[in-house]
Amino acid sequence: MAFYSTSEFKNGLKLMIDGSPFTILDNDVVKPGKGQAFNRVKMRNLKTGRVIEKTYKSGESVEGADVVDLALQYLYNDGEMWYFMDPSSFEQLAATREAMGEATKWLKGEEMCDVTLWNGNPLSVSAPNFVILKITETDPGVRGDTATGGTKPAKLETGAVVKVPLFVEEGETIKVDTRTETYISRIKE
Amino acid sequence: MERRGIMEVETPILDVSGNTDPNIECLSANIRHGGAGPRQFYLHTSPEFPMKRLLAAGAGPIYQIVRVFRDDPIGRLHQPEFTMLEWYRLGFDHQHLMTELEELIRALGLPAVRRITYGAAFVTHCGLDPHTAGIEELQAAAAGHGLASTEDDRSVLLDFLFSHAVAPRLGEAPIFVYDYPVCQAALARIREGDPQVAERFELFLDCIEIANGYNELTDYLKQDSRFLRDNERRARRGLETMPVDDKLIAAMRHGLPECAGVAVGLDRLLMAMLGVKRIDDVLAFPHSGPG
Repeated sequence: MAFYSTSEFKNGLKLMIDGSPFTILDNDVVKPGKGQAFNRVKMRNLKTGRVIEKTYKSGESVEGADVVDLALQYLYNDGEMWYFMDPSSFEQLAATREAMGEATKWLKGEEMCDVTLWNGNPLSVSAPNFVILKITETDPGVRGDTATGGTKPAKLETGAVVKVPLFVEEGETIKVDTRTETYISRIKE
Repeated sequence: MERRGIMEVETPILDVSGNTDPNIECLSANIRHGGAGPRQFYLHTSPEFPMKRLLAAGAGPIYQIVRVFRDDPIGRLHQPEFTMLEWYRLGFDHQHLMTELEELIRALGLPAVRRITYGAAFVTHCGLDPHTAGIEELQAAAAGHGLASTEDDRSVLLDFLFSHAVAPRLGEAPIFVYDYPVCQAALARIREGDPQVAERFELFLDCIEIANGYNELTDYLKQDSRFLRDNERRARRGLETMPVDDKLIAAMRHGLPECAGVAVGLDRLLMAMLGVKRIDDVLAFPHSGPG
């Protein structure tokens, strides 16, 4: 595996720390005028999402992590594993529930997802920023209540629940921002 | 400076000798002498050595404002070239020179400068006595503050703890930190006592190091042995050893008057006066790092 000197540190570089892959979020040089130079690095654990700060003497080298980001198409799941395909090589890859995280609740099939691979295996999966899904369950809107700006919960075809305006009905299709888990608009079919 | 009878001087930027300080890297340049073969020169990292030669030659109090060069990693507070104000006062000790620097700071509209010993600042913010703590204690404290490197050099551990745990808590107001551990003496004289301390000070504004000064070491034999020890440390770290400035040693042998000197980073001082956070913001044409 490659080693990276502190002089090569930059945001997004992937490092192995205590057996886990990390990505650099921020790298600052700390150099007392008459003292040793250090690189103070803020980085995120790609497995847990936890952010830590570590400091290295400038000039030291740290092992890199074999981490790549790919755009893969989601195919299906069997309840245990979620299957993706690389559209250029048609190679299939399987992600665990742990790697899927919150992405499971937005995917129904065929979406392109950003998948982070570590040593060739999916480490984390991000759903597309916007998804279009059908409402399978929501209380009927109350007539005449459209102007109050109130909301109600709506269950989507993937099982996710989002708050929607009162005028949105069961069976309608809506656009959702998966990062904030919020309703954007109705989609006319 | 003129009102106080401090004479402006100019000294060479290039010299065949370099800075032996193991934590400062010189930039170098070749002079080809019209075909006689290249000869390596170093760009000065501060005008200290030739200014001390002027002091030994009887120049009296002197100052200089000059560009200096260091092969540091480029960062929020670091550029390979920056502007330094350096001056020397005969018969002053470091406390006396701190007072004069404070007068300059006040004249620029900055607030009064508090003073704290290095030891007291360390005890307050790190819970350790930097003069007496053992290596294991320093290592444990460093690990607690996120040092990932294994390190058994006392001076490096103190550099880490001071820059990561102490300096960031010195506060926004100007403060002098003085009387450094002897392993951080650089070119300051050592004062005997319990503990022994180096008569060195630094000025911090908004937790950023602005100036570094000494009650200057005048003993040429001690100076020569510090240069040798620096080069031994450089060799141990796999760094190029630097040609020692024999002209400075000769001048000190002739006699360097008792004096104190200080170097002020003018770009950083300007940052503090303008309240900006990046050195790039006070330079028309900053150098950028790789990537």
